[in-house]
Amino acid sequence: MLAFSIRRLFQALLVMIVVALIAFTLFRFVGDPVNQMVGVETTPEQREALRERLGLNDPVIIQFARFILNAAQFNFGTSYQFKQPVAEMIGKRLPATLELSIVSAILAVLVGIPMGVYTGLNRDGVLSKFLLSASLIGISLPTFFIGILLIFIFSVNLQWLPSFGRGEVVQIGWWSTGLLTWSGIKALILPAITLGLFQMTLIMRLVRAEMLEVIRTDYIKFARARGLPNRAVNYRHALKNTLVPVITITGLQLGTIIAFAIITETVFQWPGMGLLFLQSVQNVDIPIMAAYLMLIAFLFVLINFVVDLLYFYVDPRLRAERAIK
Amino acid sequence: MTETPLLSVRDLKVEFPTRRATLTAIDGVSFDLKKGEVLGVVGESGAGKSITGSAIIGLLEPPGRIAGGEIRLKGERIDNLSQAAMRKVRGKRIGMIFQDPLTSLNPLFTIGEQITETIMTHLPVSEAEARKRAIGLLEEVGIPAAGDRLDAYPHQFSGGMRQRVVIALALCAEPELVIADEPTTALDVSVQAQIIGLLKRICNDHGASVMLITHDMGVIAETCDRVAVMYSGRVAEIGPVRDVVKSPHHPYTVGLMGAIPTLIGEHDRLTQIPGSMPRLDAIPKGCPFNPRCAHVFDRCRAERPDPIDVGASRVACWLVEEGRNGHANEVEQA
Repeated sequence: MLAFSIRRLFQALLVMIVVALIAFTLFRFVGDPVNQMVGVETTPEQREALRERLGLNDPVIIQFARFILNAAQFNFGTSYQFKQPVAEMIGKRLPATLELSIVSAILAVLVGIPMGVYTGLNRDGVLSKFLLSASLIGISLPTFFIGILLIFIFSVNLQWLPSFGRGEVVQIGWWSTGLLTWSGIKALILPAITLGLFQMTLIMRLVRAEMLEVIRTDYIKFARARGLPNRAVNYRHALKNTLVPVITITGLQLGTIIAFAIITETVFQWPGMGLLFLQSVQNVDIPIMAAYLMLIAFLFVLINFVVDLLYFYVDPRLRAERAIK
Repeated sequence: MTETPLLSVRDLKVEFPTRRATLTAIDGVSFDLKKGEVLGVVGESGAGKSITGSAIIGLLEPPGRIAGGEIRLKGERIDNLSQAAMRKVRGKRIGMIFQDPLTSLNPLFTIGEQITETIMTHLPVSEAEARKRAIGLLEEVGIPAAGDRLDAYPHQFSGGMRQRVVIALALCAEPELVIADEPTTALDVSVQAQIIGLLKRICNDHGASVMLITHDMGVIAETCDRVAVMYSGRVAEIGPVRDVVKSPHHPYTVGLMGAIPTLIGEHDRLTQIPGSMPRLDAIPKGCPFNPRCAHVFDRCRAERPDPIDVGASRVACWLVEEGRNGHANEVEQA
């Protein structure tokens, strides 16, 4: 278990270094950063001085080492556009994105798993067939369209929920949360549904498929033959066996939710990292793009690591195999 | 026979409605099982042995359904019970053992959890008491250091050991009847005899009758009191093991016996029954065995024989009924 964790940590580190290399190449090859920072009337001497100051004249390998060292300390330099430290800007935006993503993921899991179990057990029920058809909509409609649709129904027509922004936020240390105010929660509902709908239907279909598979296995038949109540058979014996693939997909999807919150954040003008990233792309603000890239990679690696550890918790067979090796 | 049999199956009919036609997998199966008796059920694959077992325990795979006849446990009908009532019969009054011990146990729960869960479902005992019983049962089925092994997961046991656990699980609520569906097919030959011996001994100790479904005539001969030979969803011959093995009446039984290798005797080739069992959608008219039977005559192709008493056995064959039995036994020598 410990050996496994350490091995995984090394792998994670490797992944991060590769991503750092990609992020770093952005600086080197996507345009000249100096051009982005200075005006047209700057003299070549001033440009050269700035180059020297930014360390752009050092050998590539030294620049890369410096980039990694700085990144390890969450120092991603200064935004070309806003002239503020990137780490600070992202830090301000991070809570908004994380809150939105995590609420979406929780929503997707809490609704998706029971729907999956239900449709798996009642294959031919009317409600199952309805949910399955409805889930096709969730899978096939693009996120921005769902967002606009929800805004149209609930904000424009019914005027129940706000159509943009985060509402009032409460500052707890460096973390700003919208979960503690009524307007914050109201503002969160539509974006969370928009962002989570795809994952919800995906989880539902996955759980359903796994359930159908597991229900046919001998140990479920044997559990029934032992006269165990349906509840125990379905929710204890069957559901637990569907969890390994569900955890994998849910974990990966959480990463995807965070990374692709961009679209939802744009539709709802949600002040998160995605919106910041989009602006930075428009402005060729490479430090922000690089930092965003690193952060998303880090979150993916972190989530995968947690998912791997969860496997051990759920499936005893993995524990034993590792112990033998 | 005034005593009520423990299990009584009468004219059982099981159908599988499909889009094209309704397939009759079991057609008019009748047999009794007395308390403490071991009944063997043999036949080729697809003869309906396992489906009979599933029908008795009420776990036919949909769309299969019992279309006729009745199943009585100690005189009470159990074939028309509600799901909830049948659940109380399963495990508590009828235990079931499946073919493959490697897949019968849930891989994510310890065997202790699975046994105590079953005990507590059926018996009003505390968890500590259930655990104690579980250890007792595991010792009984011959698992060494049962107390420590209780918290082990199924994958930590070998196939034979897992089948022992499965036997303990089937018996943990003290059922009156155990249906063992090919309990040794998936096991090593060396372990098979042990498991069959264990099954017989432990059921005897607990006073449970056994319905042993297998295609191994050798196991039947050694283990069972009576044997039912099934063919194409019907009972071809049923009777005491000695009679059926030593002097089979139905040509199919004769063929089955001829297909067992023996060490004694001069046969260097085993006799085989030509052809294969008909598919469910193409069961021939009359006796279902008639296309493969060496003694077939006109009546076999026209009418379906009903079982009649021959000594202590019951045989469904026109040869026997018309007294042409002499021919059937000669097949072996032919």
